[in-house]
Amino acid sequence: MNIQAAITIYKFEMARFRRTIFQSLVAPIITTSLYFVVFGAAIGSKIESINGVSYGSFIVPGLIMLYLMTESINNAAFGIYFPKFVGSIFEVLSAPVSSLEATVGYVGAAASKSTIIGLMIFLTSNLFVTHDIKYPLVMAVFIILTAITFSLFGFIIGIWAQNWEKLSIIPTLLVTPLVFLGGSFYSIDMLPEFWQKVSLLNPVFYLISGFRWSFFGTSEIPIALSIVAILSFMAICLLIIAIIFKTGYRLRT
Amino acid sequence: MKSQISIENVSKVFGRHKALNNVSLEIKKGEIFALLGPNGAGKTTLISAICGLCRQSSGTIKVNDFDTLSQYKETRNQIGLVPQELPLDGFESVYNSCQFSRGLFGLKDSRDHIEKILKTLSLFDKRDEQIFGLSGGMKRRLLIAKALAHEPKILFLDEPTAGVDVSLRRDIWKLIEDQKKMGVTIILTTHYIEEAEQLADRVGIINSGEIILVKEKTTLMSEFSKKTTFIRLSKKLKDLSFMKKNKKISLTENGMTLKLVGINNTSNELQSIVNLLSQNGIFFTEINTVDNSLEDIFLDLVETQ
Repeated sequence: MNIQAAITIYKFEMARFRRTIFQSLVAPIITTSLYFVVFGAAIGSKIESINGVSYGSFIVPGLIMLYLMTESINNAAFGIYFPKFVGSIFEVLSAPVSSLEATVGYVGAAASKSTIIGLMIFLTSNLFVTHDIKYPLVMAVFIILTAITFSLFGFIIGIWAQNWEKLSIIPTLLVTPLVFLGGSFYSIDMLPEFWQKVSLLNPVFYLISGFRWSFFGTSEIPIALSIVAILSFMAICLLIIAIIFKTGYRLRT
Repeated sequence: MKSQISIENVSKVFGRHKALNNVSLEIKKGEIFALLGPNGAGKTTLISAICGLCRQSSGTIKVNDFDTLSQYKETRNQIGLVPQELPLDGFESVYNSCQFSRGLFGLKDSRDHIEKILKTLSLFDKRDEQIFGLSGGMKRRLLIAKALAHEPKILFLDEPTAGVDVSLRRDIWKLIEDQKKMGVTIILTTHYIEEAEQLADRVGIINSGEIILVKEKTTLMSEFSKKTTFIRLSKKLKDLSFMKKNKKISLTENGMTLKLVGINNTSNELQSIVNLLSQNGIFFTEINTVDNSLEDIFLDLVETQ
């Protein structure tokens, strides 16, 4: 196995992250702070605690998930789309690099970047609310699984996209609404019964719910269901990537 | 000489267009092979198939007996590719970009090796600069440096001197010759026939996806060589009616020069033409003979196909 190639791609992508460190980290931190000021302090003070958790603390897992998912998708999609756009992807395609090695390099870097951003948001949240993590190990597992899974998803989008518009269309029109409607800022118990049932069709709801469980030990659905949901999504993404590399879809002519 | 690349009955179809049509070709170890052909002939497609950028629709390609599809790691390990365009990540530094290329081939950073290449290609002073800031010629050299970063045994150069100035072209030619001396096999596509004439050991001509000829350059030049003789006349001629119809002889537009194609200077044919001229009171001031170039041969072959 050409491990060096995977490391090379990983380092190359992380160097891109370092070059844009200010934009990569400061923007999410400022936006998160605004969320806490608006939702946590201004609106949150009017909302009763949810399942015994203050509203400010309640939105922390949702906020981390929001960034984790969107940043994973954006980083991975850009990571593979940019070399396609400028043509430098020819280097990877003509090198002795297997699909697994390329995926590990690109997806690993994207997942690392979004994990760092997720942790920065978690640290930022500590400036506004105090909370104990009930199951820190489960939290870490959820962060890593979500970062990897959504980076795989972003990798697929980056390969599929043939222009900048396509690159942003799925994150903007599909993922962001699913994350917002997946209980990032509310418990589905607060919704009318019909919308509670609709929410159960939203895959992102299972991830946020499971992640919230790792914080507070309570969630709307069993934790096992959340883990099954994320592992299933990961398996689907891996299958699609395997097909992409086998057929050369939008990579090799 | 042993074959290093063996291409057998390779075809590549894009939709209804057959970019390569049953191509068979052997590239010998250590040679410089020039692949010539007009635009859209299939040169880049053939290179792409060998290097793994596209998959042939049928046929087999082997590099040192390894199959490019089933044993792609072994084949690609041996190959360095300089593409036709300038596909570079402009945000990266020159050094890191070369290091990235080397790493993809499973090799660890070798500052000495990369700096040596950068010095050879006059890019050492630019090693820490972002690629965006480089001129077109420097980017072209950087692509060569990247292709050499993993010390390939086979180097593909897809129109390496397209759009570069004369001085840089000569530098690249020297680099190609140096690589050959080091035992690297070089496959070159070019629009500059002069380049092939200067560098190549063997020449292949491809047109409409088919290899129409493969020959040693010297054999090609001698087999297809035609001399053209120009006889500058002392006075203007209106026509050649006094001569028997001869397709080899024509009069230039201004009527002051006779052009004889494919007539040897030492032949009786030339002597009899000179005699005929003097018998008709036509004298000449100068006779010049030129050999046709590889470019003439190339154009003849492509046009007659």
